[in-house]
Amino acid sequence: MVVEKQIDYECETGNYHTFCPISCVAWLYQKIEDSFFLVIGTKTCGYFLQNALGVMIFAEPRYAMAELEEGDISAQINDYEELKRLSLQIKQDRNPSVIVWIGTCTTEIIKMDLEGIAPRLEAEIGTPIVVARANGLDYAFTQGEDSVLAAMVHRCPNQPAKIQPDSSLNTFNSLFKNFLEPVKEEKPTHPDLVLFGSVPSTVVSQLNLELKRQGIQVTGWLPSQRYLELPSLNSTTYVCGVNPFLSRTATTLMRRRHCQLITAPFPIGPDGTRAWVEAICSTFQIEPQGLKEREAKIWTGLEDYLRLLRGKSVFLMGDNLLEISLARFLIRCGMLVCEVGIPYMDRRFQAGELELLEKTVHEMNTTMPRIVEKPDNYYQVQRIRSLEPDLAITGMAHANPLEARGISTKWSVEFTFAQIHGFANARDILELVSRPLRRNDSLAKSFGSNPLVRGNVMMDH
Amino acid sequence: MKLAYWMYAGPAHIGTLRVASSFQNVHAIMHAPLGDDYFNVMRSMLERERDFTPVTASIVDRHVLSKGSEDKVVQNIVRKDREENSDLILVTPTCTSSILQEDLDNFVDRASMDSKADVILADVNHYRVNELQAADRTLEQVVRFYLEKAKRKNTLKTEKTADPSVNLIGIFTLGFHNQHDCKELRKLLNDLGIKVNVVIPENGTVTKLENLPRAWFNLVPYREVGLMAAKYLKREFEMPYVAISPMGIVETGNCISAIQKILLACGKKVDFERYIDEQTRFISQAAWFSRSIDCQNLTGKKAVVFGDGTHAAAITKILAREMGIRVSCAGTYCTHDAEWFREQVASYCDEVLITDNHTEVGDMIAKIEPAAIFGTQMERHVGKRLAIPCGVISAPVHIQNFPLGSRPFVGYEGANQIADLVYNSFTLGMEDHLLEIFGGHDTKEVITKELSSQDGLAWSPDAQSELNKIPGFVRGKIKRNTEKFARQNNLTEINVEVMYAAKEAFSS
Repeated sequence: MVVEKQIDYECETGNYHTFCPISCVAWLYQKIEDSFFLVIGTKTCGYFLQNALGVMIFAEPRYAMAELEEGDISAQINDYEELKRLSLQIKQDRNPSVIVWIGTCTTEIIKMDLEGIAPRLEAEIGTPIVVARANGLDYAFTQGEDSVLAAMVHRCPNQPAKIQPDSSLNTFNSLFKNFLEPVKEEKPTHPDLVLFGSVPSTVVSQLNLELKRQGIQVTGWLPSQRYLELPSLNSTTYVCGVNPFLSRTATTLMRRRHCQLITAPFPIGPDGTRAWVEAICSTFQIEPQGLKEREAKIWTGLEDYLRLLRGKSVFLMGDNLLEISLARFLIRCGMLVCEVGIPYMDRRFQAGELELLEKTVHEMNTTMPRIVEKPDNYYQVQRIRSLEPDLAITGMAHANPLEARGISTKWSVEFTFAQIHGFANARDILELVSRPLRRNDSLAKSFGSNPLVRGNVMMDH
Repeated sequence: MKLAYWMYAGPAHIGTLRVASSFQNVHAIMHAPLGDDYFNVMRSMLERERDFTPVTASIVDRHVLSKGSEDKVVQNIVRKDREENSDLILVTPTCTSSILQEDLDNFVDRASMDSKADVILADVNHYRVNELQAADRTLEQVVRFYLEKAKRKNTLKTEKTADPSVNLIGIFTLGFHNQHDCKELRKLLNDLGIKVNVVIPENGTVTKLENLPRAWFNLVPYREVGLMAAKYLKREFEMPYVAISPMGIVETGNCISAIQKILLACGKKVDFERYIDEQTRFISQAAWFSRSIDCQNLTGKKAVVFGDGTHAAAITKILAREMGIRVSCAGTYCTHDAEWFREQVASYCDEVLITDNHTEVGDMIAKIEPAAIFGTQMERHVGKRLAIPCGVISAPVHIQNFPLGSRPFVGYEGANQIADLVYNSFTLGMEDHLLEIFGGHDTKEVITKELSSQDGLAWSPDAQSELNKIPGFVRGKIKRNTEKFARQNNLTEINVEVMYAAKEAFSS
């Protein structure tokens, strides 16, 4: 049997469904506790946020729309004065440590000079204003976070703030340190390590702990829990990403702050987590301890899920840039990946991940999936129709229609919001992936598995 | 610029897409950046739609910004025409295309030369109209397009049907309980011996629009969408229309009477008065329910109503004149139709609120402290925060507002459903009664369990057994109120007398 092992990249029309990148405010405002996100856009942006974020909108979120009206578009109203009025109102109502302005398609098209206005206004009102462009003209879904983090890089201090011994100012940090560090505090022998990517604080602790086991001390995270605690960055700092969609943040860290980037696969799945830890260890010339055994143990624990998934085929339509890492993990789980759709593929930033994908395909003796950049959802549905995969990982626009046609689906956005990093969360990924299969198996016993639409079920897209 | 957290009505293109995707075999192409196709998610999720939503985007990206989107839009239209074989492709501008100011009209002309489908550019301005207004306009635009086309081709059917018939205008996707209303209206019209000629846009086909003039009249159940099309048909074809929403017993009767008037004017001898009377008094339960003894408890209870014009006005009238409830404030976010709304509700409520700012509505509710709210999902959340029950009567809605079972708001069955909704939203009668006897809900001071046990307050056996007779769900509250009263009066033992003294003290 001739097995295709080379990665085959294709590029389609870019006619695919994804979330607008402004959706990043949903998780970033929760992550950065002292922030306020102001999305400067139109009713369309607001409508998307309010519907996509569902109940969060009712919980007095730390984000809002600066809704542009006709006068703003036709430049009858002064942008500076308007933004000043709204930002002052936010400052008065919420007193955040930072206001993040999210530029949208509209501010792009009318060329509103947010980057120019922000520093002036910042000086005037005394609250830092970070500007990030997260528009649908340039970016997809999770790339919004990339924009925001890339903008935050410029705000990180050069040198670590002098922390007074026994300072009770920063209770959070000291609690955190007590938890992580042994009683006798040793200065790590390796250079500073800053991890970038927004993950929930439990995942932060888990990954910190994972590196701690190898004697590696994480200096800080971008983003930090609070804006005021952004890590220091300089040419001696090593940085490593935890998410595949952070290529501009990585570039900014290297070019603007001269940090050393550790290229690694991403800590998604036990295989990815191990490779990630190993890559960091090897940069610091540390021999990893017990990592292989740890990975093996996690896999053993996953056996009940793996039994369900082995030999099943999966099609990733692509919308959040996590696709390569997920596909690599699922191939390792014994699944057959038909296609990996992905909005944008940075082959340099994802180099470690792509290498691991090739290695995994080789070791599992399976075929290399097609990688389709900027996919076309219409053509993808045609391919799904001919391939009839056991599972399609897809956006919410296609999930119900595919289910009605007998294709099991999993919403891709759930992978963005669930905890999927590190050894401990591998189970959560498989819980998500296997849920439709388990559900549909149990339903098939009662209803059979015939499609729930009439006629030639795949033709009517 | 406006600082905004929430909006009641969506952007214009949503209205256009709702109309387009309600028709069969119509495809909408949005001229929009990546991520603006969120409509597909809403339709697929909220309506639990089994079919792919016939909406695609002609993506506006950097290249389009620099080079213009002419070829791309034209190609996308022609491609969709080939793939979908649609009757109509509706090109939908968004806020982005509004400011790009490209000549979309011209692209549409070019594309329509190469495609079998008809191609129309939706005539809506993002910055001038909202979702509902856009839907109204788009529906009229499509109707006009096909009737003019039929006129040119001489295929227009103008001879009236033999039996009385009606077009239902304005039933469409993502509408609040529209599917259930449509079924109920068909049943009602069937009872009256009126045939449904065409329903638009939901499930209609554009090729059948040329049959519209065959109906004797048009019925527009919701004021927000369909009125423009009905007015156009009146102007062009002298078709009368009824725009009384048959919501609630009285309005359903009014709607039927208006229909009767039209049929009589057409020379059809009909008498629906007996039908209305029979339905009102015996078939429908709502009128009897309002009269039943349990509903007395609702008399004079305060309510706040907020929603779209149609639903807020209808519910206000139902509460005030069919259930004896006092509507302290009735409001709508349909600011473009404020005058009509005021006129409708003025005599049925204390105050009218016209706003699309949800914080104003929230503040109004907090100020009035009604016993129940009837509003949108936003008011439901306000109610949660203030511990006031809320019945959802209007969009914007959640997936919960797309129930599987039949829940019409119109007609006589609709009146039953609304009565249930209203009744279940207020604290139930008996519970209410008991709460009132023993001091009501309004315990301002927080009295914890620890306090009452530490206080050394002793309950006499009599009082204890009296307390045990009170139903469990209010017992705790009554116990705390009585103990509060005892403490205020320096009493250490609670007997039956103290209990009743407490009751008196709290009810005075």
